[in-house]
Amino acid sequence: MLEISNLHVQLEEEDKKILKGVNLFLEAGKVHAIMGPNGSGKSTLSYVLSGKDGYQVTDGSAHLEGKDLLDMKPEERAAAGLFLAFQYPVEIPGVGNMTFLRTAVNSQRKLRGESEMTAGEFLKEIRAKAKDLKIDAEMLKRPVNVGFSGGEKKRNEILQMAMLEPKMCILDETDSGLDVDAMKLVAQGVNALRDEKRTFLVITHYQRLLDHIKPDLVHIMANGSIIKTGGPELALEVENNGYAELLGERA
Amino acid sequence: MDNVLVKDGVDAETVEAVKVLSGTYKYGWDTDIEMEYAPKGLSEDIVRLISSKNDEPEWMLDWRLAAYRRWLNLKVPEWAMVDYPKIDFQDQYYYARPKSMEKKPESLDDVDPKLLETYKKLGIPLKEQALLAGVEAPEGERKVAVDAVFDSVSVGTTFQKELMEAGVIFCSISEAIKDHPELIRKYLGTVVPVSDNYYATLNSAVFSDGSFVYIPPGVRCPMELSTYFRINAENTGQFERTLIIADKDSYVSYLEGCTAPKRDVAQLHAAVVELVLLDDAEIKYSTVQNWFPGDENGKGGIYNFVTKRADCRGKRSKVMWTQVETGSAVTWKYPSCILRGSESQGEFYSIAIANNMQQADTGTKMIHLGKNTKSRIVSKGISAGKAQNTYRGLVSMHPKAKHSRNYTQCDSLLIGDKCGAHTVPYIEVKNNSSRVEHEATTSKVDDDQLFYCRSRGMGEEDAVALVVNGFCKEVLQALPMEFAMEAQQLVAISLEGSVG
Ligand SMILES: Nc1ncnc2c1ncn2[C@@H]1O[C@H](COP(=O)(O)OP(=O)(O)O)[C@@H](O)[C@H]1O
Ligand SMILES: [Mg+2]
Repeated sequence: MLEISNLHVQLEEEDKKILKGVNLFLEAGKVHAIMGPNGSGKSTLSYVLSGKDGYQVTDGSAHLEGKDLLDMKPEERAAAGLFLAFQYPVEIPGVGNMTFLRTAVNSQRKLRGESEMTAGEFLKEIRAKAKDLKIDAEMLKRPVNVGFSGGEKKRNEILQMAMLEPKMCILDETDSGLDVDAMKLVAQGVNALRDEKRTFLVITHYQRLLDHIKPDLVHIMANGSIIKTGGPELALEVENNGYAELLGERA
Repeated sequence: MDNVLVKDGVDAETVEAVKVLSGTYKYGWDTDIEMEYAPKGLSEDIVRLISSKNDEPEWMLDWRLAAYRRWLNLKVPEWAMVDYPKIDFQDQYYYARPKSMEKKPESLDDVDPKLLETYKKLGIPLKEQALLAGVEAPEGERKVAVDAVFDSVSVGTTFQKELMEAGVIFCSISEAIKDHPELIRKYLGTVVPVSDNYYATLNSAVFSDGSFVYIPPGVRCPMELSTYFRINAENTGQFERTLIIADKDSYVSYLEGCTAPKRDVAQLHAAVVELVLLDDAEIKYSTVQNWFPGDENGKGGIYNFVTKRADCRGKRSKVMWTQVETGSAVTWKYPSCILRGSESQGEFYSIAIANNMQQADTGTKMIHLGKNTKSRIVSKGISAGKAQNTYRGLVSMHPKAKHSRNYTQCDSLLIGDKCGAHTVPYIEVKNNSSRVEHEATTSKVDDDQLFYCRSRGMGEEDAVALVVNGFCKEVLQALPMEFAMEAQQLVAISLEGSVG
């Protein structure tokens, strides 16, 4: 599904190297987790994959189902099936949540040459999906993320993911700042979307999310590269011992 | 020639289609039609000629001549934040009328097919029972009566008979001068006096046509009224005059639209709009101003110098100005409210978009004269390219306007870093029981917002349009439904090329 090889990234504005040769191979239907200390480059990886400005790829590649991601505009990547649940979802005043999502769904369909979703179909779908995530009608009408609590913002990201039905989902610290109940809701939302064709890359600090979303593989990222890969037990090890030991191992 | 010449595509209804067909300005084509012009330049003879073309009574001509003589001694106002080459008032035409309009058609069926075709292409059908193009009838049928002004003349007004049955007079102002002289003499120039300002004085001398509306006491106008102004002729100024009188306890919603062909040379448009409101009357006046803005290098475009004012003479009368200003090379326009009647209310909702080399200096004046009067101003200025956008607003509370309120919210949005936004509020409060609140913000279209939208699949320009439409929401909501959709698309179109 997603193949990242030897990815080197630095900031466009200054000569600061952030990713230093990331290699990841994600098969369809799998859930991978990335853990790692703050500042190790996890968010940067998700931004570069989704096409945010300000980063320069100096070496390496990233392919989604064989297509060169780095050569595509952000909207083309989205239409090709990539989705990023943002660590810090952005507020858009004056734009209703529902309008935003409908525009997004139809923009993607148009880019893929598919017919648009009618207002009726859209309403039916969003109502059902919002209900699962305990998002009420009121929240669908409010402007995108404006005045949402931390938990509401994250659930809203999952709602977008559910509506857009991407193939490759990246979740950047979707669990941080959530209480246990909210986290369970988010995990349920993700699990509901799991199937053999859809791949997840879950960035998190905490093992507890991985109790609910069982990963197939866990990667540890530090200082711009993946330093260790293992099964779910690796997450437990981090939870118990911190990163110090792992970092030490490597040095 | 039998066919109307069309330079660019015109039938496009969606933003996408517009992009493909005709670049950014959808209405830039012209109509090839035989015209009759008054000689170039401005003189007493021209004023007389315009008056005689309209078959006017003596008193009207005298009024015009007095205005003309006054105008000769006036100086061009220079306080606005707009910069344009000096206008040579002798180097343009003041009257241009399609030959076929020499004899006013008896009915719409007799109007020159080329003119009918022109309005059809603009999406303004002059057939009765029809709706504005692209508008879905919300529930049942909603009618819009249209007065169509082409260069210097009104070519026709729809639904006149049906309106007449309700007692509503809707006709061109030239007809009103002949058919309803008592109303014209009573109200014309009483809201915007001949002496008001340079362009209003000029307009008083040379106005050639425009719309007239009278709503009798207790009548709620049974349909939306609308005037569509089209400039077609080259080197010709358009000077129209609109007078709307809402008698006691009446209501009307009125829409104004305007477009012009793409031309290399700038053209002048100087209109005057007067609204009179008696006790308990309400007028909603909406404008979608889409004059040709000039090209991306600032060549051509309309110079739009307009005086619009509402006089809330009656108690509890209420006026609402809503404007979406996307066009014109230069805009100089301050729709105002004189809140004379006690408890009268004035509202002003504005979106002004300036892209490329456009310059907009616009705002409002709320003059509180009566007690317990209220006003509300919501202004959204959007600047892109190298454009300059100024909000200029006056709120004045006179000594007798006790317990009056004003709320002003004035937001500017910048796209890119070569454009400018300016806010110039003037506030005078001459009594101590009134309150004036003013809020102003300036923001930039945020890269994070755009990336967020794009990461969900929207193209860059769609993302900008979405964010900007969100920014304009409060104003778009104030528009009649018929215009809200069109206005949203216009916002998108006028911002094309503003990113990337
Ligand atoms: N746009 C940016 N400008 C400056 N520094 C940045 C920028 N983006 C990322 N960085 C730096 O790159 C490093 C990695 O950041 P990030 O990818 O956010 O890490 P993580 O998500 O793992 O906490 C940090 O040192 C961060 O400060
Ligand atoms: Mg991060």
